[in-house]
Parts: sequence; C-alpha cells; structure tokens
Amino acid sequence: MHSDNRLVLVLSILVTALAVTSLTVGTESIDYSRAIADQFTDPDATHAIILREIRLPRVLIAVIVGASLGLCGAALQGLLQNPLASPGLIGSASGAALGAVSVLYFSNAIWHTQLIPVAGMAGSLLATLLVYLLAGRSAGITTLILAGVAVNALATALLSLLLNLAPSPYAVQELVLWTLGDLTDRTLKDLWLLLPCTVLGWSMLIGIGQQLNTLTLGETTSTSLGVNVHRLRWRVFIAVALCVGAAVAVAGMIGFIGLVVPHLLRSLVKHEPARLLPVSALGGSAMLLAADLGVRLIPTNQTLKVGVLTALVGAPFFFYLIVRSRRQYEG
Amino acid sequence: MNETSVQVQQEQETPRLIGSNLSYRINKTDILKNVSIRAMPGELIGLIGPNGAGKSTLLSLLAGLATCSAGSISFDGKLIDDFNTASRAQTIGWLEQIGEIHWPLTVHRLVSLGRYPHLTTWQKFSEADELAVQRALEQTDSAHLSDRDAMTLSGGERARVLMARVLAAEPSLLLADEPVSSLDLGHQLQTMDVLRKFASAKRACIVVLHDLSLAARYCDRLYMLNQGELKAEGNAATVLSNENIREVFGVEVIAGCDVIPWIVPHKLVSKVN
Repeated sequence: MHSDNRLVLVLSILVTALAVTSLTVGTESIDYSRAIADQFTDPDATHAIILREIRLPRVLIAVIVGASLGLCGAALQGLLQNPLASPGLIGSASGAALGAVSVLYFSNAIWHTQLIPVAGMAGSLLATLLVYLLAGRSAGITTLILAGVAVNALATALLSLLLNLAPSPYAVQELVLWTLGDLTDRTLKDLWLLLPCTVLGWSMLIGIGQQLNTLTLGETTSTSLGVNVHRLRWRVFIAVALCVGAAVAVAGMIGFIGLVVPHLLRSLVKHEPARLLPVSALGGSAMLLAADLGVRLIPTNQTLKVGVLTALVGAPFFFYLIVRSRRQYEG
Repeated sequence: MNETSVQVQQEQETPRLIGSNLSYRINKTDILKNVSIRAMPGELIGLIGPNGAGKSTLLSLLAGLATCSAGSISFDGKLIDDFNTASRAQTIGWLEQIGEIHWPLTVHRLVSLGRYPHLTTWQKFSEADELAVQRALEQTDSAHLSDRDAMTLSGGERARVLMARVLAAEPSLLLADEPVSSLDLGHQLQTMDVLRKFASAKRACIVVLHDLSLAARYCDRLYMLNQGELKAEGNAATVLSNENIREVFGVEVIAGCDVIPWIVPHKLVSKVN
C-alpha cells in the first residue's frame, strides 16, 4: 500500500487542480476572492450565488459521480476477474436510465425532481436483482456476465421503446439528452439527492480489497482461503447498483469511465485489485472533471454532452489499450 | 513409565482427519459412494484411480468446499461443518488441479495471497507472514521467480508457485490435487520431498497422484478409487497389486522393486467391470 502514496498524491493534486479550474469556467466571469469573501459577508451577492449554487454543485457532482464510476468499475473487474467488466456491462447503468426515463415519460412533471433519483436507483437495483435471478445462486463468471449482458439488452430495448413511443419530438429530445449524460444546471439539491446512496455504496466497498485480491486465484481457491464469494458478489453488486443508480439519476448515463479508468491505472498499482480501488476512484473524478471542462471549452453549436465526450475519448483510448495488451501477451 | 508410553502411543493413534461413509450425488449421478478415509498425524496419503473416479470430488469434500450428500468429516475430532470460515481456511490447505491466475501479479505477491486466512481486513503483512512466504518459495525452488509476472510462467513453474501459495498458509492438512503432473523429473521428486516433509511434522497430507511409482515410493498409505467407490486401501504392496491395477485402470503393468519400487504400464487390457 505504501508505494501507492505517491500515485494517490499525484491523482489528488490532479483532481484538485481540475476542480479549481472547473470553478473558474462559465459564461459569467466572476471575481473569485470577492465571491469567496461574500459567502460570509454578503451571501446574496450575484457572484457568491453563482459560485455557491451553480459552479460548486457541478464540480462536486462531477467529483462524486466520477469517483463512483471509477470505483465501481475497478470493483467489478476485480470481482469478475475480467478486465471488460463495468457498471454498463451488468445492466445497472441502463437499468437506472430506464427507471429515470420512465418517470420522465409517465409521470407528471411536478414530481420529476423527487421521483427521478428514486426511480433511477430502483431501476438499477432491479436490474441487478434480475441479473442475479437469471444467473442463479452458484453461477459461474461467464453465466453472470451473460445474464448482465441480457438484462442490459432488455433495459436498452425498453429505453428505445419509450423513445419510439414518445408523444412529441420535444419529449424525444428530452429523453435522448438525458440518456447522454450531462452535468449542466445541477444544483445543491441534486448533490443532496446523490450523496446518501453514493456514500452507502462506497462504504459497502470499504474493506473488500483483500478478498478481491484472492480472487486472482479463481473463485474456488478464494473460497478455500476463507472468502465467502457468494456474499462478496452480493455486496459488490448492491454497492454498484446504489452508486451507479444515484449517479445516473443525477448525471445521466456517462459511459466508459468505469471501464477505462481502472485499465489506465492498473499497471501503476502492479495489477493488484485491492490497490486499484482507491486510485480508480480518484482517476474517475479526474476524468469526469476533465471531460466536463472539455464540453465547456470545446466550441460547438449545440452544447456537447459530457457522456458523449467520455465515450468519444474513451473508445479510441480503449482501442489503444487493447492493442498494447495484445502486444504484451502475444510477444 | 509403561502407562505413559501407552498413552503417548494412543495419542499418536488418534487420526487427524476422518471422513466416514462419504457420498456425493449431483444431478442424480453418484460421484462418490460410501467412501471412508482417514489420515494419521504425520501421514502422507496417496489417492489414486483412473480419470473420473471421484478423486477431486473427495478432496473438495474434505476441504469443505462442497457438502457431502451423506457421511461426515472431522478434523482433530471436530466436525468440518463446525469450523468457522477463518479457522477452516487456516487449518486446511487446498491446491487446485489446474490453478487459475487472473491478473499478472508478481510471483511473490501471488504467493503472499496464501497468507490471507491469517490476516484480518486491515492487518499489515508481518515479518512472520513474510518469512512464511519466503520459506514456501524456497521449498518449492521458486525463490528465483519472485519478481516474475505470474502469468508468464511455464506450466511447471506455475504449478510450483501455486504449491508455494498453499504452503505459505502453513495449514495442518494439505489436500493437493495432482501437484506433480506438469513437473519435470527433478521437480517431481523435489515436490514429493516437500509433501513428505510437510506431513512428517505431525501434519497430514492427501495427494492425488497418477504416477504409481511415486505413490508407492513416497506415500505411507494409498486409497484407490474406482467409479466413485473405494476399491482398495492400505500399503502400496496391497493396493497396487497387478490385479487391482488391471481391474481399475485396464492396464497390464510390469513392476518391481530394486532400490525403489517401480511400476511401468505395459499394455492395455479390457477392464473387468
């Protein structure tokens, strides 16, 4: 663990730098020192409000959602001993999206803000439960992943159905934009909606590192070493459902962070699943902050959505990682 | 004087491991039928039999990794089901037939995973843990591989490293499933010596072997399984009779004993069922 201190420090500095930079970017240019001072003396000043209620929530949400996605990706990859595992693969992200979009589609607009997060988390948990029921109690890794892919496919199909049947082009646009992943116009209220489930999910993942490490030897050997693999699966799956459900409910579907960030950092922690967890959380924060800066700085006619950018950058980067690992193992 | 020596004698006679009338049934197929097995302190037990005889199943039952349909298993007089997970893992070491390695950890790190049963969640790796790992690496002649990427090892190196992993846990009972199958001649003898030495410290070891000569030479007693049933048990001379081998393996062997016992397969014959 000791050897990771430097990496953790570097990533923390990166996250802090990106967060501070992100606070300075926006349509309105504000005087920082005044805005900070005003928090105490004149909290109703325009600059103070912009900083406190527009920019700060956006940055904090990016930090938390990014950390959740990175952490969940690393936990799932360790659990399933599979570098392709991610919150997207086991259906929790699309389940959450389906839950949230259903609310947009079926319910009265007045209830949206309260219902969307709840429906997102419920969707995510339901998708996870369905994966589990499909795979069965003593499922092998492949069955579990197949079940995840199947549930993911169903959730995506239902999402498409809702888009297809949407009553007006305006509704379609609202639904689509929402599934792209977005951090604009988030408020402190969104932050409070995000926090409880996220913190609960994170705390469930504390202390599983050594168990994930033993899974390097396969599930049966891990069991012989005293790990209750079945219980560990539940723990990780529910934690991921909570974290990703909350994240998707507040920020929409943001892909590739959970997949790419652990990949990027794995060799820096000597491929050890336990050591990958904290650094992936920091790496996820950094990546989402950077992407959110990107969508504001890259000039486009329509506002670019952050989920689109992470996928655009993430996918080619993933190509590169595959080619690199191919070279590594095929000599 | 006499009484105490009798008592010592009796204590030594208490088996460490007792598996009584074990049966295992899955999907309406009997994998094991009424097999009993025991290991005395210091004994190296060989488990032999053709493919699909139930050897690996028996080992995983004894390791507590699967639950038998009938019968009972106890270690040092305590039922295996009554062990809590941690103490079971500390007591029983189980070495998989084809071990998995999923991430390219260094060999040293991989072997260190064997210490998991002795560590609580946030406990740091102590000097004693590190010593156990070093000892295990040296015993299996893999200390020089310490810094190698475990995924790039050859089959034999991998088998030795995984043996080191199970030895690092310092169990009282070692269950090893074909640990020498992929090893060269020298490392076969070396690994058997390690198992012999392991057992001799009043511990117990059950090893699945396909090399009957090694089984005859190293093991104190043998259990021969065939189609889920115990065919024979006892010393090598009794179990590895030409009749038993012909009946169970369908092979005619040439055997002898000059310096060491040797058994060489000669030709296939039809199995007597």
